[in-house]
Amino acid sequence: MTHPFLALTESDREEMLRTIGVASVGELFRDVPEGVRFGRELDLEPALSEQEVYAHVAELAERNADASRELSFLGAGMYDHYVPAVVDAILQRGELLTAYTPYQPEMSQGVLQAIFEYQTAICELTGMDVSNASGYDGTSVAADACYIAKHATGRGKVVVTEATNPQVRQVVKTYAAGFGLETVEVQHRDGVTDLDEVERAAADAAAVIFQQPNFFGCLEPAPELVARAADAGALPVAHVDLLSLGVLEAPARYGAAIALGEGQPAGNFPSFGGPHYGFLAAREEFIRRMPGRIVGETLDTAGERGYVLTLQTREQHIRREKATSNITTNQTLLALGGLVYLTWLGPQGLRELGETCLSLAAHAKQRLEERAGLEPVFADQPTFKEFAVRVGRNAREVVAAARERGVHPGYALGRDYEGMDDVLLVAVTERRTPEEIDRLADVLAEVAR
Amino acid sequence: MKLIYEKSQAGRRASAVPRHDELPRPEVPEELRRSELPRLPEVPEFELVRHFTELSTRNFGVDTGFYPLGSCTMKYNPRINERLAALPGFARLHPLQEEDGAQGALELMWRLQEILAEVTGLDAVSLQPAAGSQGELTGLLLVRAYFAARGEAEQRRKVVIPDTAHGTNPASVTMAGYELTPVRTDARGNIDVDDLRGKVDEHTAALMLTNPSTLGLFDENIEEIERIFNGAGALMYYDGANLNAVCGISRPGDMGFDIVHINLHKTFSQPHGGGGPGGGPVAVRGILEPFLPVPAIVRREEGGFGLDFDRPQTIGKVRGFAGPFGVFVRSYAYIRMWGPRLREMSEAAVLNANYVLARLKGAYDLPFDRLCTHEFVLSAKTLKREHGCTALDVAKRLMDYGFHPPTIYFPLIVPEALMVEPTETEAKETLDAFCDAMLAIAREAAEEPELLKEAPHHRPVRRLDEVRAVKRPVVKYGFGEHPVTKGEAKAVVTEAPQGV
Amino acid sequence: MAAAESYPEELRYHEEHDWARIEGDEALLGITWFAADSLGELVHFEPPEAGSSVTKDQSYGEVESVKAVSDVIAPLSGEVLEVNRQVVDAPETVNEEPYGNGWLVRIRLTDPGEADALLDAGAYRQLLASQ
Repeated sequence: MTHPFLALTESDREEMLRTIGVASVGELFRDVPEGVRFGRELDLEPALSEQEVYAHVAELAERNADASRELSFLGAGMYDHYVPAVVDAILQRGELLTAYTPYQPEMSQGVLQAIFEYQTAICELTGMDVSNASGYDGTSVAADACYIAKHATGRGKVVVTEATNPQVRQVVKTYAAGFGLETVEVQHRDGVTDLDEVERAAADAAAVIFQQPNFFGCLEPAPELVARAADAGALPVAHVDLLSLGVLEAPARYGAAIALGEGQPAGNFPSFGGPHYGFLAAREEFIRRMPGRIVGETLDTAGERGYVLTLQTREQHIRREKATSNITTNQTLLALGGLVYLTWLGPQGLRELGETCLSLAAHAKQRLEERAGLEPVFADQPTFKEFAVRVGRNAREVVAAARERGVHPGYALGRDYEGMDDVLLVAVTERRTPEEIDRLADVLAEVAR
Repeated sequence: MKLIYEKSQAGRRASAVPRHDELPRPEVPEELRRSELPRLPEVPEFELVRHFTELSTRNFGVDTGFYPLGSCTMKYNPRINERLAALPGFARLHPLQEEDGAQGALELMWRLQEILAEVTGLDAVSLQPAAGSQGELTGLLLVRAYFAARGEAEQRRKVVIPDTAHGTNPASVTMAGYELTPVRTDARGNIDVDDLRGKVDEHTAALMLTNPSTLGLFDENIEEIERIFNGAGALMYYDGANLNAVCGISRPGDMGFDIVHINLHKTFSQPHGGGGPGGGPVAVRGILEPFLPVPAIVRREEGGFGLDFDRPQTIGKVRGFAGPFGVFVRSYAYIRMWGPRLREMSEAAVLNANYVLARLKGAYDLPFDRLCTHEFVLSAKTLKREHGCTALDVAKRLMDYGFHPPTIYFPLIVPEALMVEPTETEAKETLDAFCDAMLAIAREAAEEPELLKEAPHHRPVRRLDEVRAVKRPVVKYGFGEHPVTKGEAKAVVTEAPQGV
Repeated sequence: MAAAESYPEELRYHEEHDWARIEGDEALLGITWFAADSLGELVHFEPPEAGSSVTKDQSYGEVESVKAVSDVIAPLSGEVLEVNRQVVDAPETVNEEPYGNGWLVRIRLTDPGEADALLDAGAYRQLLASQ
């Protein structure tokens, strides 16, 4: 029987078996002991043709309420920013899509140069000296930073602010258990991190991880927070939104040792949680402690410029149990999406995008107050593209009621924070319009109180 | 070729961003405001497209040609998978959407879990880990949680790993807070069972094993190994990097393994993307299910599918949300196009590998002379001794013949290793052309070794100076201060083991 | 320019391919030509801190080439008096002059008697031949 993904004809098979010197394909498995051979057919549904699999999977996709079907103000770490067509076009180039890690640089200059350009973009945005080629996502890179900090400081504890994305905190906690690190959370006060608490907790900590803008959308007093952490001997680690960095200061400029985060807003679709890229950049002193691939520029034997994987002795395939991380497969394709997107945007586009988010979010804050009587929870704090409002009843019920009216109004913060059952986190990207914001306000006026 | 930053001209741009000048714009507090804009490239859209298109022409993928990179399973990636993953119902679906608005996505994941449980012969699956190595770490944290629940966490501190293992295994062991117990390989390429017996005891937490191994050999003593670990009350972890060899033929669960990670980007065709993304779901025996990461994807008794966070014994989360969903769409579609015929996929992979091995073993050293599974490891030891040509030289010369080289210098126990994995994808003509090239290169090594040592001759770059790259790391573009880009370079190329 | 193979008679050797040049109650430590050649051109030396103690048969630092990392094993116990900054700044010095300017650390011996267990040049050459 033929299969579209196989090329073997009957005569090929016979000739190949003859060359090998066995009588049947079954004989190729003679080293598999009888006792562990699988004695039946896999209990899977029969093979589908391409047309059939399309119909089946497309039907599953139809059953989801994605952002093209609902007017969405849902953010909380994943955002509905526009992804331009050039991203799709480049990522679908088979030479890039179907290659693997560029171990052989002569076969892989395309991917290597692209990673070098990506590293440059991340360093430009964060102000850092060195970026890796990507981590899994915005959560795992925070865990990577803990491993760097553990070895750089020799300390046994990491501090994470409570206003950092709950999933980041959970992943840090899971990894930290393996690293032998204790995790401590410091609370927020009125939506931003309590600096005195940071100072106390940082005293014997390897790192202080905080998010800017934080999970509530508020702008942390980052320079002061970083200074308190650094003075206590802990590495300040900033979890940032790349798309905020046209209007917000680069983390290295205010003293962060490591800047990292979730790359999805910059060039990836939400895709129900992935795949995306996590970015991680650091000051030069941490270059030998960086996890994962790094691409460097060098010369070939003819004296021409070229790119290679470099500083590989950090990595698991050479340093094994002493490696700076176990990562090998990373998120290069998604990081390439990030590079294409950031190139599309350019510096002016980045600044304008940030300004548009600031304007629209502020407008939404105002409209919700005017038209729906909803007050921001942290009224005194400046925000970027997301903010928290009290909706007067259980926010999950508000979400359900609004969705019946075709609007997803945001994230119910009570899912992660005690005492916030009536708080909704509203995200406004450049894809939303003032008219859509009015529609949100009208729907919330109806369903919230 | 110029960097995109070198093509940049102030004032150009590709994007148009919506502006709302009619709305007031709040000021960012001065101490938080960006002081200087990042120097992102400034190019029009068509320059962007040309730049990245040119980069793609300087790269080689499975779509370009034969890519027998051992242990990476570089098989064909069906285009339908890309079309499906891009459907708005998936691509624009927010991971925090309420369950009733994500039923199609949840059902797809639940179905994929069921399939992976059947293929591995285990009971429960978590799709969350982002790649094989994260699956390994997840698995080891499950081992810890399991023994902690039994009050044996302090006692069981050791994880046994054979000397053929991927570097990710020992790295994961350290990251999970365990100690490494290395075990040797015997003369037939199996785990040395005598060595093993002396090393497994009440302090052993687990074994991590790739089977078939990185030598491409199925461990003939797997049943005895299972008895040893079972007898010591330790768990067994299966590194699924080589699952492509045994789908429908032998299942890890039936071999006695308790935890398996599956590399969706290897066996189940998620494109490798120049380094990623991947997917590393873990499948476990029922005793370990309570410890799996949250959320679990469940079928609700009242109908429909949901995310279950209520797992009091969970190890927590290793990644955001429920995992790299787009990878699941591709692998699910791929598996559905095989169904129970997955066995034919593995059989073809093993047939292809054995055919290439049979044709090449006279010309290169074969450290373990057995039938292989889906891949095999040759050595260029004799070529090096007699003609001064190394595995690296063979790899570089293969590029001149239009093939991507195999994995080299791995596994570590084979000197001058060449690790070849054709996968099921290739036609016999392609395999023959590759074999002809390998045989020709072995002859060239004897007659004209300079051809190998100066290879490749027809790629966009010649061999690159890796020592220079490490000693004077240039890891980003320096704009006005970027170092001079031409000069004298040495031919210093690493013979380092490759990660896979 | 890498040095030619040699194992000076005046040094004592450790089977992990390290040497000691003993002068009174102090010693210079380094790695042998064989070790440097196996690693290839060194690109990094991760030294111990001056003032720290090193223990015979245990690692006191790391040397790296592009392709490999190796622990450096102390042939003798002692306190680190000095780290060779020239090697830190230019690790290839070890390949060029493994027994001269390519020394790694200077230590004060805490147990000079340990030297009795080390190999002389002849025994070390024999060890290499048998490997």
